[in-house]
Amino acid sequence: MKRKFCLLIVLTLIFTTIFTGCKNSGDKAEIKVLNYGQYIDKTLLTEFEDKYNVKIIYDIYPAPEDMYTKVKAGGTDYDVIITGEYMIERMINEGMLAKLDYDNIPNFEFVDEKFKNQPYDSNNEYAVPYFWGTLGLLYNTKAVTEKVDSWDILWNEKYANRILMMDSQRDTMAVAFKKLGYSLNSTNEQELKEVKQLLLMQKPLVMAYVVDEALAMMIAEEADIALIWSSEAASAMGSNENLNYIIPKEGSNIWIDAMCVPATSSHKKEAELFINFMTSKESTLKNIDELWYSTVHTEAVKEVEEFLFDNPAFNPSDEDVKRTEMFRDLIDEIKVYNKLWTEVIAD
Amino acid sequence: MKNKAKLLTYPYIVWMGLFIILPVLLVFLYSITFNEINNIKTISFTINNYKMFFTPVYIQVTLRSIYLAALSTIICLALGYPIAMIIANSKMTSKSILLLLFILPMWMNMLLRTYAWMTILGNNGLINTLLANLGLPTLNLLYNNGAVILGMVYNFIPFMVLPIYTTLSKMDNSLIEVSEDLGANKVQTFIKVIFPLSLPGVISGIIMVFMPAVSSFVIPKLLGGGKDALIGTLIEKLFSLGDWNFGSAVSIVMMFIILLSMAVMNRFDVDKEGGAGLW
Amino acid sequence: MVKRYISKFYMILMFIFLYAPIAVLAVYSFNSSKSRGAWGGFTLKWYVELFNDRDIKSALYYTILVALLSALISTIIGTISAIGIHNMKHKQKALILNINYLPILNPDIVTGIALMILYLSLNLKLGFLTMLLSHITFGIPYVILAVLPKLKQMNKHITEAALDLGATPLYALRKVLLPQIKPGIITGFLIAFTLSIDDFVISFFTTGSGVNNLSMVIYSMARRGIKPTINALSTLMLAVVLGLLLLINKRSSFDKKHVKKVGK
Repeated sequence: MKRKFCLLIVLTLIFTTIFTGCKNSGDKAEIKVLNYGQYIDKTLLTEFEDKYNVKIIYDIYPAPEDMYTKVKAGGTDYDVIITGEYMIERMINEGMLAKLDYDNIPNFEFVDEKFKNQPYDSNNEYAVPYFWGTLGLLYNTKAVTEKVDSWDILWNEKYANRILMMDSQRDTMAVAFKKLGYSLNSTNEQELKEVKQLLLMQKPLVMAYVVDEALAMMIAEEADIALIWSSEAASAMGSNENLNYIIPKEGSNIWIDAMCVPATSSHKKEAELFINFMTSKESTLKNIDELWYSTVHTEAVKEVEEFLFDNPAFNPSDEDVKRTEMFRDLIDEIKVYNKLWTEVIAD
Repeated sequence: MKNKAKLLTYPYIVWMGLFIILPVLLVFLYSITFNEINNIKTISFTINNYKMFFTPVYIQVTLRSIYLAALSTIICLALGYPIAMIIANSKMTSKSILLLLFILPMWMNMLLRTYAWMTILGNNGLINTLLANLGLPTLNLLYNNGAVILGMVYNFIPFMVLPIYTTLSKMDNSLIEVSEDLGANKVQTFIKVIFPLSLPGVISGIIMVFMPAVSSFVIPKLLGGGKDALIGTLIEKLFSLGDWNFGSAVSIVMMFIILLSMAVMNRFDVDKEGGAGLW
Repeated sequence: MVKRYISKFYMILMFIFLYAPIAVLAVYSFNSSKSRGAWGGFTLKWYVELFNDRDIKSALYYTILVALLSALISTIIGTISAIGIHNMKHKQKALILNINYLPILNPDIVTGIALMILYLSLNLKLGFLTMLLSHITFGIPYVILAVLPKLKQMNKHITEAALDLGATPLYALRKVLLPQIKPGIITGFLIAFTLSIDDFVISFFTTGSGVNNLSMVIYSMARRGIKPTINALSTLMLAVVLGLLLLINKRSSFDKKHVKKVGK
């Protein structure tokens, strides 16, 4: 028995060493990049390494909140972080980010003016937009034959147990805020009360509160309607042609993911080089091809393939975008949201 | 011997002090303060976090978690004990193979396994497709407590089987023979001899299943659909949302409740060791 | 005879239960559609892609290295401590065991964040070492729980007899005690190994500098749908382990036959 186990261990070790090969490290400069999982065309990393002779150590995180906890604790030394705008606002407010030197990022001129100087970074000193998107409804046209243009459908009993909401407090609460005609950053007590009531009323109709699974569930036609980010919707529509995406008329949320450099970075120059590289037209097109996310690049958008350009999830109409609102960092008020949401799912 | 052997624990006691007690003290500190602890001077204490927990909503969450975990543990025991017996009674060579085959699925990532269950249980999943093809009515299998229990049993059953198997294997066979020689039938031998001898394994198994089941969060989140929060999902949510203070308080209350119930079980265990006991 | 059939039938049922999701996972590694929700036809492309993905390779390496090392170290510390705990008086024993339960009981995120803060206040750089230490920390309690029942079950007088007969404590430990509790030690190792392979949350908070394990890669993929390359990897891993098992089984049964023949 003992011998067998030793053999097993030795064999696995040999297997892994062969499989992974040896690692070589030179005296190159190194930058550490932290990003969402599967949020980049990985060949771009190698391309950058070869082109500029800079080595990239690439790490991923599952959710912005987890990333924040880890970076805030001070145990990390990342040079570039890619994350959502409300998280960047929080990090700016807490002095966690370094101001960018735009002389090193000439490609910034290609970023659409629409996405510059947004409230989370009002003079655009800290972050360069990466991709953007909206929050909306993905529905199956086979099951939902009526016209879908309002959040009201999420309260329609006809679709009881066929509705997927998000297990993400700000997004799910945003729906209720907008349905009631309020700002999705509201901290008004009365408005919050109404939101809670509305969400509790909806709960019996909800099939599940999910975040990551909505995509696969909608493709498999397990549910009829899902609250979803446009990026996921575009990807789902690519796999199932019965699916359609809309931004309800009451308005919704718009989000921007951006690249920023932590104040603790020791390779700021190389970090800016990387940001500039990612903002080039060629890199952006490669990334779009892999991810199908809506681009902020004024030149790249002209060369996007037609099927993608015509997709409302990839390229929503200007009127739809006009009705959207961005999340703000609520600082301490977020605790009120936390409490409300935990009470909704605990009930 | 006894006194000297005790010394063997000392290195681990130091380890526990550093890697278990210190972190738990930190959690406790968070549970009785406001906001983050950056500066000793600005710390201010509060019991509000605990007060907030003792409201009907959260008590209901706790009870629900304990109920589901207990039910899963019972099912694991009922299904697992026979497996442990069968493995322990099989031939020497097939024993280790069976054991490894039993734990092998757990080496595949839990998220992948859970997603696979979703593919099996979904409305258009494998089971319902089969039912529909047979002309039977389809079932709502996903996103309910049943799915959560299934997921827990699936993921934790090896932790029930393994310790029971260890106590059953290499058991002193002469005891069983004596019992049979004295005219006991198989059932009597099992109840009076085998089961009591395996009890330490059963207790280890119960602990290894029940404790992680109470605080598990991936399974209830994915298979339960996040509609009925459990204490594990609640704590996970609170911590990832940055509300460490309330999250810590919930954790401390949970530790307290479970350890208290363990103390009750420990007493039962001590009685067993006395020799007389229940049987 | 009937009993044997029943137990065989029961085992088969249990193995179907255990392996059903694994089979689904393996089938989807050949699915040309990227999504779990749809079948797009047979393909081997994910297996090809697997060998070109540098992140998965390094994650696999760290996963197995950390799992083996942490399981080995937890098994050694856990076994030694279990022998010590077994010989303690009841009150002490209860206290130590209760503390020992805490890592099992605590939700991963609490353990993960608390350990992260601990390492940072000790000025340890987050990376391979801190991740290994964390895995050992949650492995040991399970090893102790696996070894203790075997110790309880053991005849107390055997070690005493060995000592009375002049064996040194170390010799008694090696020749008398360890063989008796061996099944417990092996299962303890297996449990620690399994937990380490599967851990995501604690690893995420206690690692850094490019040291990722497979679970971290997989959980971070969840948002966009887990790539079938992961299914391909899992299927491959399963096949390798099953192959090894088969090999060992064949060899040991061959050895036995061989020994028997020679013996005659």
